[in-house]
Amino acid sequence: MTTASPDAFRAETRAWLEANCPPSMRTPMAADDEATWGGKKFVFRNPEAKLWLDRMAARGWTAPTWPSEYGGAGLTPAENAMLQSELRRINARPPLFSFGLWMLGPVLLEYANDEQKQEHIPKIVRGEIRWCQGYSEPGAGSDLAGLMTKCEDKGDHWLINGQKVWTSYANHADWCFCLVRTDTSVKHEGISFVLIDMTSPGVETRPIKLISGDSPFCETFFTDVKVPKENMVGRRNGGWEIAKRLLQYERTNISGFGSGARLDVVDIAKASIGTDSTGLLEDRDLRARIARHKMNERAYALSVQRATEEAKAGANVSHMASMFKAAGATLNQERTELMVEAAGSRAFGWGGEGFKTDELAVTRGWLRAKANSIEGGTTEINLNVVAKRVLGLRDTQ
Amino acid sequence: MTFSLSEEQKLLKDSAREFVRDRAPVTRLRKTRDEKKNGRDDDLWKAMSELGWPGIIVPEEHGGAGLGFVGLGLVLEETGRTLATAPLLSTAMIGAAALLLGGSEAQKKKHLPAIAEGKAITALAIEEGAHHNPTRVAAKATQSGPGYVLNGCKSYVADGHTASLFIVSARTSGTAHDPKGITLFLVKGDAKGLARHELVTVDSRGAADITLTDVDAEPLGTVGEGAALLDQILDRARIGLAAEMLGQAEAAFEMTSEYLKTRKQFGQVIGGFQALQHRAAKMFGELEMTKSCVRAALDALDRNDAKIAEWASLAKARASETLHLVSSETIQMHGGIGMTDAHDAGFYLKRARVAEALYGGESFHRDRYARLQGF
Repeated sequence: MTTASPDAFRAETRAWLEANCPPSMRTPMAADDEATWGGKKFVFRNPEAKLWLDRMAARGWTAPTWPSEYGGAGLTPAENAMLQSELRRINARPPLFSFGLWMLGPVLLEYANDEQKQEHIPKIVRGEIRWCQGYSEPGAGSDLAGLMTKCEDKGDHWLINGQKVWTSYANHADWCFCLVRTDTSVKHEGISFVLIDMTSPGVETRPIKLISGDSPFCETFFTDVKVPKENMVGRRNGGWEIAKRLLQYERTNISGFGSGARLDVVDIAKASIGTDSTGLLEDRDLRARIARHKMNERAYALSVQRATEEAKAGANVSHMASMFKAAGATLNQERTELMVEAAGSRAFGWGGEGFKTDELAVTRGWLRAKANSIEGGTTEINLNVVAKRVLGLRDTQ
Repeated sequence: MTFSLSEEQKLLKDSAREFVRDRAPVTRLRKTRDEKKNGRDDDLWKAMSELGWPGIIVPEEHGGAGLGFVGLGLVLEETGRTLATAPLLSTAMIGAAALLLGGSEAQKKKHLPAIAEGKAITALAIEEGAHHNPTRVAAKATQSGPGYVLNGCKSYVADGHTASLFIVSARTSGTAHDPKGITLFLVKGDAKGLARHELVTVDSRGAADITLTDVDAEPLGTVGEGAALLDQILDRARIGLAAEMLGQAEAAFEMTSEYLKTRKQFGQVIGGFQALQHRAAKMFGELEMTKSCVRAALDALDRNDAKIAEWASLAKARASETLHLVSSETIQMHGGIGMTDAHDAGFYLKRARVAEALYGGESFHRDRYARLQGF
């Protein structure tokens, strides 16, 4: 893929997408539940979604920059940027939403041994296995390293006992990447990173109902769960480094939520409030706040682009993940609040015939976004990270 | 679009940082203020001219360096860091851009080399009220022989007290607020009938109100269609000023975070207190976002992007908001010492408010951005 000239690559990509992206995959998603998450339990309600996933996965374009030996496309960052811009050009939906793609895959590529990579990465690329993240516990939220889920060495296997919480879509997942305690005498240095098959005896999940009415998160219980020895990634007690690395990917990704093709606050406001004879939004105060938000969104997108370029040029920008996570959460909440305000009473529906799907999506999206500043590290924790690691502000100097 | 800097641009930035650190630290502004020079610092301008800064965007054929807008923006960032007081934005950005965009070949030939050498200092005289409003033009231009004479008043002309060449908006037809009928003119600083009323300003840079009474002037660009040209010139002014403001905000922030690491209360450095840590972390985020906007806008100028107006309003609005926040927090986080004249914090605050309003503040540019985006 690196031999073609940039123009040829773009032209070929455009032609392929034109021929292979099904029509219904070029429309904005009306609601979150139209996303393809893959995995053994996933039911495709739209056959074109499956077609789109399979075609993209076959080219490795669900994970364009991953090495081709593990099913990726091995694209250079420049080629990937072209692919993404071509996807945006036709408003293509992402073929696959996946914690495997966003979080686990990148750390497996970095920390896993070759058997583990061969076993797990191609299935992530193809959307065959859906992963969930076993991080937070009832007693370990912001203070993640305080986790207590026990992992004992039983000779030919690990034995796991404990409870996780806020496990996103654990009830739909096939496998879980999980932080466990292998040494209770130390804190960060006693944590290991294991991969657990959710069909193992002793695994139980219970969905938690949220203010949005949805249950994206679960409680996950592990009772005498046996895990094969080869399922530990990295060394025993070496999991915290992997955990932190994965959080950087997670934070970058959560902060990217809401940047996809979705309902636009300007369209909602124009329809709901109206415009004057020159096309300006009638509510001038709201208009100014929307304009400010639009600029913030632009500033954010430009900053992601700048960080990407700087990373490519060899700069270490990993510390920026916390800044992006906090800023992205704020932006998404700002956006969804403005949408509710712009929609007026049309955003106060909860169900039934009186409200349209789009309107209900605004309401649910607004409530869902409240989690953005809590999940994957609260905004406060991320600001702590920026203050300490980036600015060097500490308790004592 | 790219955020990457060329080797030449990096070199320019580094040498500018070194220059302002050695030759134009804030103490220099303090000194010119204490000596009641009201922003006049001929030696500094001469030194900048020797480095070729006034001619950074001027093509080589007209005696400049032809290094483009990113190059000039990087230098403005650095001069902003120490509040270096010189007519660099007015001349190197606004004057040069005005002639490049609207000048006839003869006008370019006459004025651009003088600008590039630092011999001419230009100023943009366009406001007629206390708020930025480029179409509010009552000043009148009347044809007289081969040229024009101007009558009217212009307020708060940045660098107007030292300029040798003015770019003035006046009306060749239409009524006040009508974008049609505005024409830009070049007016010599020593022209008969031009009176300057020097303003002693809070940022210690000085400015002037200008009164024009039957002043000879030559049109810059097409007569009657100056509003569009002015908008283009202003967008360059806004982006250049945003670069200066970014540098200023970055320096104020660095000064503040250093203070947080050294000032002790309750037996510990105050930077250990979360109430301050979080505000500092948020400022850092705002600065990074604004930097991206400013750099992208400069790059857009070099690429001759079709949407310069959007880039300019984005950069200026973001720079104004960020500098407002950072300059206020600089005072607050320094506590009592920040309120004293002996500390530099006050210089940053005072310049901040002037720069925020100049060529349009946050509300002006939000309104403009929304309009450009169709709402």
